[in-house]
Amino acid sequence: MIKSNCQYRFTATTEGLVVSVSGEIDHHSALSMRRDVDNIIWNRTPTHLILDMSEVNFMDSSGLGFIMGRYALMKEIGGSLSLRDPSPVVMKMLTMTGFDKKVRISNTAKL
Amino acid sequence: MKDKKHGGRPRLAPICNEMKLDFPSHSKNESFARAAAGAFIASLDPTASELSDIKCALSEAVTNCTVHAYPDHIGIIRLQIKLRTDGTVIMSVKDSGVGIPDIEKAREPLFTTDAAGERSGMGFTVMESFCDSIKVTSKTGKGTTVTMTRKLAGKSAL
Repeated sequence: MIKSNCQYRFTATTEGLVVSVSGEIDHHSALSMRRDVDNIIWNRTPTHLILDMSEVNFMDSSGLGFIMGRYALMKEIGGSLSLRDPSPVVMKMLTMTGFDKKVRISNTAKL
Repeated sequence: MKDKKHGGRPRLAPICNEMKLDFPSHSKNESFARAAAGAFIASLDPTASELSDIKCALSEAVTNCTVHAYPDHIGIIRLQIKLRTDGTVIMSVKDSGVGIPDIEKAREPLFTTDAAGERSGMGFTVMESFCDSIKVTSKTGKGTTVTMTRKLAGKSAL
């Protein structure tokens, strides 16, 4: 049974802690994702958090709030955050709100 | 097209299809509302980008009901969508919640009354960006209705 329309998994890499998100990020799905991601940030205190957004097919301003919140938290613990391969819907939201100027965005060759 | 009967205002294309949906303000119904709207609007053959914009604008309006209109209990959200023969989509999201005391303030970018909940304060900005027009009516203690209109490019529902 699929309980949520948003899935995410964690991978520790040499670049930092990668959270790969897929599906839909809205207010409902962001609530549980925020709790789980914050738990792992506090437990592992990574120096760099990478949100892989390549598989996100829907995101509204709740998703933006999620990114901004993690950006602030990483800053608070002395780390940093970047977005990897944001999908077109994510990029559209970042551009519209000007957040693309604030957060580091990396595009890898896999797209 | 101008019409003398309508005081010189452009005559609106007739409504060719409409739907109403009442559902409780559980946050899990945000995706349900988007899916229902997407299925209904599919008859207009929107582009992927248009569909994405409309779903996003609707999601913002429904989330506002979940978070702000009914902050401490579950209430009913009424979604109504009308399609005009010229491919115009009119979506209205109505609640019977707490209402918005200052609509102009609420529509300002980055304004939020729920900073602790990590609201970005961009909900109305997103609705305005993804729709051609947005109308908000609200009465404190009575509820809010948000009506969004978006004309699909080169589409006709005939």
